[in-house]
Amino acid sequence: MLNTLDHIELQQAVEIVSVDHSPISSKLTEMGLVSGQVIKTLFKAPFGDPIAIELNGSVLSLRIEEAQFIEVKA
Amino acid sequence: MKIALLGNPNTGKSSVFNLLTGLRQQVGNFPGVTVDKRSGVVSIGEVPHELIDFPGTYSIYPRSKDESVVFDVLSNRAHSQHPDQIVFVADASNLQRNLLFFSQIYDLGIPCVLVLNMWDLAQRKGIAISMEELSNLFPNVPIVQSNARVGLGKDRILKALAELKEVSSERLSFLPGHLLCEIADVQAQKLEAEQRLKLIKEGLKKVVQTKAPDGESISRKIDRILVHPFWGYLIFAFVLLTIFQFIFSFANAPMNWIDALFSNLSNWSSHTVTPGLVNDLISQGIIPGIGGVVVFVPQIAMLFFFISILEESGYLSRVVFIMDRLMRPFGLNGKSVVPLMSSVACAIPGIMATRTISNWKERLITILVAPFMSCSARIPVYTLLISLVIPKTYLFGFLNLQGLVLFGLYSLGIIFALLVSFLLKLFIKQKEKGFLLLELPDYKNPRWGNVFINVLEKVKMFILDAGKIILAISIILWFLASFGPDMEGAAHGLSKTRSYQSMSKKEQSIAMDACKLSNSYIGMIGKGMEPIIAPLGYDWKIGISLITSFAAREVFVGSLATIYAVQDDGEDQRLLIDRMRTEKKADGSPVFTLASGVSLMVFYVFAMQCMATLAVVKRETNSWKWPLIQLVFMGVLAYVAAWTSFVVLS
Repeated sequence: MLNTLDHIELQQAVEIVSVDHSPISSKLTEMGLVSGQVIKTLFKAPFGDPIAIELNGSVLSLRIEEAQFIEVKA
Repeated sequence: MKIALLGNPNTGKSSVFNLLTGLRQQVGNFPGVTVDKRSGVVSIGEVPHELIDFPGTYSIYPRSKDESVVFDVLSNRAHSQHPDQIVFVADASNLQRNLLFFSQIYDLGIPCVLVLNMWDLAQRKGIAISMEELSNLFPNVPIVQSNARVGLGKDRILKALAELKEVSSERLSFLPGHLLCEIADVQAQKLEAEQRLKLIKEGLKKVVQTKAPDGESISRKIDRILVHPFWGYLIFAFVLLTIFQFIFSFANAPMNWIDALFSNLSNWSSHTVTPGLVNDLISQGIIPGIGGVVVFVPQIAMLFFFISILEESGYLSRVVFIMDRLMRPFGLNGKSVVPLMSSVACAIPGIMATRTISNWKERLITILVAPFMSCSARIPVYTLLISLVIPKTYLFGFLNLQGLVLFGLYSLGIIFALLVSFLLKLFIKQKEKGFLLLELPDYKNPRWGNVFINVLEKVKMFILDAGKIILAISIILWFLASFGPDMEGAAHGLSKTRSYQSMSKKEQSIAMDACKLSNSYIGMIGKGMEPIIAPLGYDWKIGISLITSFAAREVFVGSLATIYAVQDDGEDQRLLIDRMRTEKKADGSPVFTLASGVSLMVFYVFAMQCMATLAVVKRETNSWKWPLIQLVFMGVLAYVAAWTSFVVLS
């Protein structure tokens, strides 16, 4: 089941399938958001945006509009 | 020799910098850009070398204008700042991401030391690193462990630097056959990052053994409360309140000492130096001018003391996280919150705190609207005018009307800060798109050494850069207030009047000061601008005070006291208020009415009446363009708003 990261419920571990092309796609890659990487959704800011994910033991926050570029599978 | 310090953010890079240089450091600019260049001296075998701290980045390719200095310097061998050696600081607990940037540096072929910092944290997270296997990934790179926060690793880094050899041309690149991408070619950069990460992941399999820690880490538990939709905001409000309480209660005393010190100093110099022009210049121009710079130091120091603690502890990133969504519709960013809130104490440290905002447009907007937040220098002006024109009554029996007006003035400032940012968002164009991608580091105890160095750096920056401009403007204001085309004549005329001769010595000197000020150049400007300010309900005497209070808003009170020839003893404004009540216009109606009083307060909410803020904006934007634009739009807004309130209320 493919989905974009902004639709994933909290406390779920998912694997990144692909990162869509966008002006910030190289930056997402540099932060370690690459296909095959397993990440876990941790918590959301009040109002649901931005969200925080765990990636290789560190916590990264990204806006919903940034999370939309990231396709994941459970 | 030049040594560059590079690495990701949140790796303890500045701890390493402080560890290596101690207090032998200074802040300047990279040539041609507004990016701060922190540099210091490291001695390797008695020989001093320059260590340059570059902005913390995740890649050689920049995310923002400020970060491009890393690419510009490293990609250009002819650049004046191009390093001969590199110290790369990596977070031992997150090698994969840190090594991405490191592998790019490795491929530049500049001799390099890899520092695995936060070694203790990695161990606590159950991460074991094989140094031997890591060396196999990056041949000929000395790798050292450090724990800079507690001062461990300095000798090892220095030893590695001393033994560092030139990179042989035979050495293979980490990513074979790779050349640097063009800065605009984002697609190629993405591809490069993917290829590097793939190699790093593969290589790290032998290097890193992770034993997953049991249960939830402490930082995750703290986060549950600190980013909670309700408690998160409440705690943030409480933290801010505590900081302001500290600044308001503890900055006042040292500020009064500084005031007293400088007024004693100018008193002393006026009695010591031969009377005349030089004496006046020193005791009334230069010394109070320097005093006007130094007086801001307690507030700046205290605010940055707290901000550094918040930053060091990791809490500041959480503030950004919970505020980001709220600030975005206004063209601001989660990182704008602390600068704007700080501006309630004083816009100067607030504007200096905007450096953390990496997106230039968002930073510029934050700088431009920060002075709308009502700072502490407006309080004397507000309280004087409120007690003058707002009756001491209660609305609905319990709401103190005077307090309500004060609250209204503060709110007006905040509302307009947001409104104006919204407008600026539409007008300021920029290609660079803002994004967040912010790391939330683990919570740590702040290191007092880092906090102390940061405070010192901010104070030095303010005194050296903004101080010059403030001093120059104070001397100009002094000149305009102390000289006039026929000041002597007017003073002579006054001294001949019967009423003057019947006064006591003290009354005479007060009356003489009033006469001189109203006949000075500033007095003439005040009179000349009366037709412009008359629609707002002001007369020329208020006009004079508006000009003099450009030095600092609170000077408004002192100037009125001088003009109305009332003794101003600071604490007690009753004499001045009584005198202002009796002040009449030519037609016999009172000058200070509800309408003109409110109009004045509103004027002070909006007008850029602070040369020190202008000087800091000039420093932070590196041009006179933005401070001048700010001066004009705030002035126009102040005029229109004051006029509207005057018309509505009269």
